[in-house]
Amino acid sequence: MRRELPRRWYLVRKLSRNNKQVSTELSVIPAESFVSSLDKGDSSTRSGDLTESSSDKEYSRRNFLRIFATAAGAAVAVGSGIEMLSYRAYAQSQPTTNDWSGGGMTGSGVATMASTLAPPTHQWAMVIDLRNCDGCKSCTAACQKAHYLTPEQTWIDVFSLTDSVGKTYHLPRPCMQCENPPCLHVCPVHATFRQDQGIVLVDQDRCIGCRMCMAACPYEARYFNWNSGVKYPPLPVQPTPEFPVPQRLGTVGKCTFCVGNLNHGMLSECAAACQMGVIYNGDLKTDVAVNGMGTTVKLSKFLYDNDAVTYKPEQNTHPRVWYILGHGQNLTTDIASKS
Amino acid sequence: MANRADLSETNYGNSARERWSNDVRRAAMRPTIGPTSRSWRVSVILLGLVVLAGILAWLYQLKHGLGSAGYNDQAFWAVYIADVIAFIGVSYGGAVISAILRLTGQSWRAPLTRLAEGTALITVLIGAMFIFPHLGRPERFWEILVYVNTSSPLFWDFIAIGTYVLATIIFFYLPLIPDLASVNKMLGSADRPMRYRTYRALSLNWIGNERQRRLLHGVMSLIALIIVPLAVSVHSVLSWAFATTSRPGWNESVFPPYFVIAALYSGTALVIVVAAAFRKGYHLERFLTKRHFVRLGYIMAALGLVYAYLTLADLLPDGYTGITAGWISQTVTGRYAIAFWVYVIVGEVLPVALVAIKRTRNIAGMTVASASVVIALWVKRIVIVLPSATQPLIASHWGTYHFTWVSITITLAGVAAIPLGLMILFRFIPVMSIDEMEEVGELGSTEQVSEHTIVAQELLSVGAHINGNGNGNGAHVPHVPKKEA
Ligand code: SF4
Ligand code: SF4
Repeated sequence: MRRELPRRWYLVRKLSRNNKQVSTELSVIPAESFVSSLDKGDSSTRSGDLTESSSDKEYSRRNFLRIFATAAGAAVAVGSGIEMLSYRAYAQSQPTTNDWSGGGMTGSGVATMASTLAPPTHQWAMVIDLRNCDGCKSCTAACQKAHYLTPEQTWIDVFSLTDSVGKTYHLPRPCMQCENPPCLHVCPVHATFRQDQGIVLVDQDRCIGCRMCMAACPYEARYFNWNSGVKYPPLPVQPTPEFPVPQRLGTVGKCTFCVGNLNHGMLSECAAACQMGVIYNGDLKTDVAVNGMGTTVKLSKFLYDNDAVTYKPEQNTHPRVWYILGHGQNLTTDIASKS
Repeated sequence: MANRADLSETNYGNSARERWSNDVRRAAMRPTIGPTSRSWRVSVILLGLVVLAGILAWLYQLKHGLGSAGYNDQAFWAVYIADVIAFIGVSYGGAVISAILRLTGQSWRAPLTRLAEGTALITVLIGAMFIFPHLGRPERFWEILVYVNTSSPLFWDFIAIGTYVLATIIFFYLPLIPDLASVNKMLGSADRPMRYRTYRALSLNWIGNERQRRLLHGVMSLIALIIVPLAVSVHSVLSWAFATTSRPGWNESVFPPYFVIAALYSGTALVIVVAAAFRKGYHLERFLTKRHFVRLGYIMAALGLVYAYLTLADLLPDGYTGITAGWISQTVTGRYAIAFWVYVIVGEVLPVALVAIKRTRNIAGMTVASASVVIALWVKRIVIVLPSATQPLIASHWGTYHFTWVSITITLAGVAAIPLGLMILFRFIPVMSIDEMEEVGELGSTEQVSEHTIVAQELLSVGAHINGNGNGNGAHVPHVPKKEA
């Protein structure tokens, strides 16, 4: 049930600390090798097959992975795809912080870069089906294991809440990867940025640790590195915003959607770990979503048919995470009763 | 005022004015050019040790992380940001009190301005320093200027505080120019040549002639005029670091005036405390009289009542609807209740009562009142920061913040740095503005007036100023220096 692939030390971007100098070395193992290993066997499935299909028939997870992977492979093969470029250079080329559909950041710098870039291949999303969540916290445990987090750092946390008929239900809460992220707007040094696939990331080599973003996030999704002395095993790579391990003392960290996994045809750690199939990784571009049980759905139809909602829409954050509610469940936060 | 130079020339001799001038010079400069006293040295060493302990605690915190100061993910902002607000707040109070007294031509301000401006200068520097223990990565602070994000409140905080520090330094320096020349006259070039040269350079060839005097007054009025809105903006911007988040309790429209008035209130209180301390320690009893304390006490009490009103305005609507009232019940009756009621009793009821009751309306009473305001308003800042930070936004589990030896030591070091900074400051410059004291003369600065007259005068002068009738310094000096035979 868990992944067929070894752990994820495949894509390492050596990023120059200097903002203007962009180096895009790939080291350790080139991503292509994984893509091709994944692509062995029947390669007839194309992303088009899926998106054009109007049925809500379920696809096998393997097929789905292949779709993800094919797209990723194409991008890697072309070589000018966004995966090959520094996130920062790309982010700097983006025109506005309020572009809710595309890239993230403002900034001067490499303005010409934009024209040479292929449009992003994926726009990642997540669906969380609350009807099936039993609150076992396997997702939290898997996330903490993969990112070497301390017990308090619950990048995906599972809250026990009460629904409108008085029963307890469970709410897994990752970072919402807001399309209008308050955490990004308040960051004084652009350490928080939004990459082209819609993932909000933190550059822990730039974060000054002011925690303004923790104050601004309406979902309490950010976790600080308060204490030194966290033990990490020897790791073959340097931390990147996509995979900030080891984390830097005095900076802030949060859920990354395991975007490195996603770009290489794997599910996020939490989705892969969920034995109830609650967490779906989705792609708005190819309009598919898949959970850890191998259930594959057409994303838009799945959301529509199940009356999916976003959390705290009144905050105007435009989350990339949708929730499917059961009977009586609601996401209204009753702050008044919290005393 | 205009023919001050003439006065001193024509009355050269043993006039009352001359005697007054000599007394002022002696009192103001004794701590500056005289030998240091034993108690001065002991105090400086003790206070220095406290500051040193704070620096060591900060180094410890750098090594071990902010967790050693009691922080956690649900108490992500706590004591240091409260310190920043509290210190910059008291600074603001000192500067604005001095500026407004200048602008409204209050002659009784003369012995107070230097103390108030010195306090403003020292505390704003300390407050700005507290940003460093607040940050997880202080060594990257420069990035704010390089990777500018104009949509971040913190960027504007930085700009506002930076501008304000600059303005405070100028505001402190300008009235100092004539005094530096006076000190040099007394110092002579032989004794301490280094110091003499520095002062000469800083005093910009001040000889006190008509042209220089007019220029200085013009610039002073201008900067006093600028510093008031500037200080308002600093505290408004500081408050928006909270108010622009969506957290209930911080996301309040009342926050900017709330912060501004808190700053004025605590700042006036600190000026009283400092004045009381230096009156005793530096033997300024003759110059700083009951009148000064009572007048400042009135201003403080008025600000205190405004602040109480704003506190109510902050709590009432949220509490009434109950929609986002979790932080209110925690503040008023829950885990932060002790701190909140300390603010109410010690920070509002007690000081206002001490000012209101005639028997306690004296120097001791005002000192007690202002000291309790300074402490209670620091507690109030904690009550503003913590309930909203620690409230849960999703679950029902409240966060907790525990003070640790690290955060306590660093905060105490900041407190100790105020007297330390002032004592060192007044080792190099006169503790009273000699020039202003001479200008207003003995009657203008120390005469006892009935309190009703005081209030009436204040109202009149403020009113005149608002109506545009006030014409700056000297216009409202009620007692023009008399020529004496
Ligand atoms: S959920 Fe919070 S941390 Fe994540 S993007 Fe939105 S505001 Fe930022
Ligand atoms: S803590 Fe770091 S990521 Fe968050 S706002 Fe401050 S600098 Fe930006």
